[in-house]
Amino acid sequence: MAIKAKKKPDYVLMDKDTKAIVFGYQQNAVQRMLDFDYICRRKDPSVVAIVNPTRDGLHKCFWGTKEIQVPMYKTLEQATKKHPDADVMVNFASMRSAYPSTKEALESETIRTVAIIAEGVPEHRTKELIKIAKDRNKWIIGPATVGGIVAGGFKIGNTAGMLDNIIASKLYRPGSVAYVSKSGGLSNELNNIIANNTDGVYEGIAIGGDRYPGSTFLDHLLRYEKNPRIKMMVMLGEVGGTDEYDVIEAVKEGKIKKPLVAWCIGTCSKVFPADIQFGHAGARAGAEKETADAKNKALKGVGVIVPDTFDDFDKRIKETFDMLVRSGKHTPLPDVEPPKIPIDYAVALKEGIIRKPTQFVSTISDDRGEELRYCGIPISRIFEEGWGLGGVIGLLWFKKKLPKWATEFIEMVVLVTADHGPAVSGAHNAIVAARAGKDLVSSLASGLLTIGPRFGGAVQGSADHFTTYLYQGSDPAFMVKDMKDKNINIQGIGHRIKSVTNPDVRVEILKKYVKKNFPITETLDYALDVEKLTTAKRNNLILNVDGCIGVSFCDMLRSIGYSREEVREFVDLGILNALFVVGRSIGFIGHIIDQKRQKAGLYRHPWDDILYAMPDKPDEVKRDG
Amino acid sequence: MAQRGIREFDGKKMLARYWGEYISKDLSFPGRIVLVDPETKLDDLPNEYSWLKKEKLVVKPDQLFGKRGKHGLIAANVSFEEAKEWIAERMNKKTTIGGVTGTLTHFIIEPYIPHDKEFYIAIKSVREGDTIYFSNHGGVDIESVWDTVAEINVGVMEDIDKINIEDKLPKDTPNENKRVLADFIRGLFRFYRNLGYAYLEINPFVISGKDIVPLDLVARLDDTAVFEFGSKWGDIRFPAPFGRNISKEEAYIKKMDAKSGASLKLTILNPKGRIWTMVAGGGSSVIYADTIVDLGYSDELANYGEYSGNPSTDETYEYAKTVIDLMTRERDIKGRPKFLLIGGGIANFTDVAKTFKGIIMALREYKEKLKKVGVKIYVRRGGPNYREGLKNMKKLGEELGVPIEVYGPETHMTRIVNMALEGS
Repeated sequence: MAIKAKKKPDYVLMDKDTKAIVFGYQQNAVQRMLDFDYICRRKDPSVVAIVNPTRDGLHKCFWGTKEIQVPMYKTLEQATKKHPDADVMVNFASMRSAYPSTKEALESETIRTVAIIAEGVPEHRTKELIKIAKDRNKWIIGPATVGGIVAGGFKIGNTAGMLDNIIASKLYRPGSVAYVSKSGGLSNELNNIIANNTDGVYEGIAIGGDRYPGSTFLDHLLRYEKNPRIKMMVMLGEVGGTDEYDVIEAVKEGKIKKPLVAWCIGTCSKVFPADIQFGHAGARAGAEKETADAKNKALKGVGVIVPDTFDDFDKRIKETFDMLVRSGKHTPLPDVEPPKIPIDYAVALKEGIIRKPTQFVSTISDDRGEELRYCGIPISRIFEEGWGLGGVIGLLWFKKKLPKWATEFIEMVVLVTADHGPAVSGAHNAIVAARAGKDLVSSLASGLLTIGPRFGGAVQGSADHFTTYLYQGSDPAFMVKDMKDKNINIQGIGHRIKSVTNPDVRVEILKKYVKKNFPITETLDYALDVEKLTTAKRNNLILNVDGCIGVSFCDMLRSIGYSREEVREFVDLGILNALFVVGRSIGFIGHIIDQKRQKAGLYRHPWDDILYAMPDKPDEVKRDG
Repeated sequence: MAQRGIREFDGKKMLARYWGEYISKDLSFPGRIVLVDPETKLDDLPNEYSWLKKEKLVVKPDQLFGKRGKHGLIAANVSFEEAKEWIAERMNKKTTIGGVTGTLTHFIIEPYIPHDKEFYIAIKSVREGDTIYFSNHGGVDIESVWDTVAEINVGVMEDIDKINIEDKLPKDTPNENKRVLADFIRGLFRFYRNLGYAYLEINPFVISGKDIVPLDLVARLDDTAVFEFGSKWGDIRFPAPFGRNISKEEAYIKKMDAKSGASLKLTILNPKGRIWTMVAGGGSSVIYADTIVDLGYSDELANYGEYSGNPSTDETYEYAKTVIDLMTRERDIKGRPKFLLIGGGIANFTDVAKTFKGIIMALREYKEKLKKVGVKIYVRRGGPNYREGLKNMKKLGEELGVPIEVYGPETHMTRIVNMALEGS
């Protein structure tokens, strides 16, 4: 694809036509760049692609009020190939990957300028990048910078902060003053000072606080010098390093002629003990020459406009600008009205300007605060006070602080339902799935999906059957007869081996516990009356463990304050199956782990265990039936 | 994070460890050296280092300051008993080096090497690569013999083995020394580059039989490169510069800073000073200190303080409390007012009202003390939600009965310094 855009002068790194690739999935930064573009009335968004090493596809963001999609690629190579018109890369890679990603960008054919945001890039790596950039006639801004801004044109990443700042500093349209500073944090203040005292910023670059910035004060000042739209320049240097002396030399040699107002911060270093490292890696005066005082003096010495203190910086800038205007060298540029950007939903909500109905309601837990809470109880308290599994089920299923007898009962049920050997169909299915090489969750699901009317469903079924007849006021005899008439087995009644004379010890324990502790035992009592009738018919038609759990659980619900209607509601939504799922998952997981640790191979059912009863041929389907 | 000095001990140990790999297989450097700190049991050392009792020794402090000879802090050609006594006399004693007073806590002991010729070498990182400085006249303040120093530039990614070092040695280098020295320079450079050094100076080193012995070594590593070279560096420490005895309050803030994602810095310059600062942002905090100094009030500047990187309300509260507590401990001797400058530039994304919340809590807590000491407060800040933050500060002034003046981005950043100090 040929690059059609007309060639920009060398001194322009970024302007209102610049297209950029953002390296790193920095959603806020991308949105801020697009918002800036929008208020500058750019024709097109400046971000044409995002490089996100972990995901490709499309990234959705706003262009004014409209939503647009920005393509996302896993590699820079793909991004540059698809977007050869992008000549700027805003690099949000970490200190570790800033080097390889910048190197790749500099070595590409299409990227000309790379802004490195990361702090802590090793100095020797930056030096390599500087060499590559120099050899290939390319530009680096940073590392350790917020970037820079071309007013009314292009904004690197998060430069200039929130939209309010940008509008207050009139950055949505070009002024005539260009600045270069080391500090990114202070660039906002410079935007403000320049907006308050001149016709505004034309361009501002923060070269970053490292010892070896990819491009220097001088590099940018020489660009500004060549750009006829820039009328005066501002430089904010600092203690440490000698880069400011290159500027002094250039002024002396007449390479810089435009008015330059400069100040180096860190004049206070002389009153500090030993060598305090200020914020920046490069900011430490090793020699007298590197002090801010020496630099300010030397700048002044060659005719640069230097205030006595930072406090006069604004006045010197204003005087210099006013002089340009008075001498007729410059006519202040007019202001324009920027388009409005709709306020972000999250911001508006926080400020209480808007409201919106919620889509759904949750009443059991909250993960948003300092600490996770179950029904209002912080998780730490649940541990400290030993609420246990039963207590947590009470909070999340019933939103109640259950009494000890209830939580203990729930835990007993979980223990008693945890497993019933490998032969039952649910465990068997879990085992077969595990042996087929399925992962733990899939194998567990295979087991759980078996739970239903015939397997494990008796807990649910018994609760259903017994409460139906009890709550409608039928006596046990009616229930037994009615069920028989309808030809339905009463769920929870009957055992293969156990009988009246050989009772199930699990049932005995549960029954005893419920009778002793529950204030209401109506369903259990009812079921036991039914059992009397059924065992009279046959010895093994006893209330089995599933039935005992089912009816007792309904009594527990009644005992903790639910009405019969509410108990039915719980039963109908399948709460007894839920209880069984919680318990039996423990057993299923046990079987799955067991099989996997044995490295058990694929299970194949033996032929001799199957009666093959295939017909010789299929039935013919006749046309006329 | 930046270039950080390491102990001479660590530099020499590293040199010995990698000598064969990078420097020379013919010449050796045994790297016999012992580090003594306040915990070291001197009497036990000869069990591990038998040479201590067999040879004459050199002892000196190892705390990142130079010119030790000038300050009488080298004992050469001494026995182990003498060395022990020498250290005991100085351990944990205060001493002043170049105007900085600090406590001596670390010493190194090495074998004493009799010699006559001393050489100088330094390698320094520069933007275009690295520069090697070499002279046949080491052991002295090198600035005084700078015309004997040869300068050899090695570009970024340039191979040292392709540079003709022999030709670039100073003219006064005897022919018979040229090869040995050139090989050593190349080797040392490989060591420097492959181990991520940013500065390495050996002044002097001597040639002693089959050994090259570095007598004095100063080195800095670029600590940002720890993820590339950390495994080669081993267990390296970056000691605090000599003379940085930090107060309880500074240590408290430092501890908070280390634990937090935000940045919190406090340096107390003069606890009796009347001007206290609590400024948001690294660059802005320097500018406030600058302006106070440039307006001629450096004697009154009590502290340098900075918070940035979106600290939590708790963190700003603790930070503000520490500063306010320090400044309200006693009245000015002459009864003059004290000033608290709560300054800052225009924040990018930090919620100004939120960070002020912690400061307001602290000010409220110190209401009586602030009034008793006579504190005047000046606030200047911009950025997200600044109007709300400034309004709250203003209200607080009325509530506490403490004078608080507030300004936003329409006022030049440092103007409050002027207003407070010059009353204009």
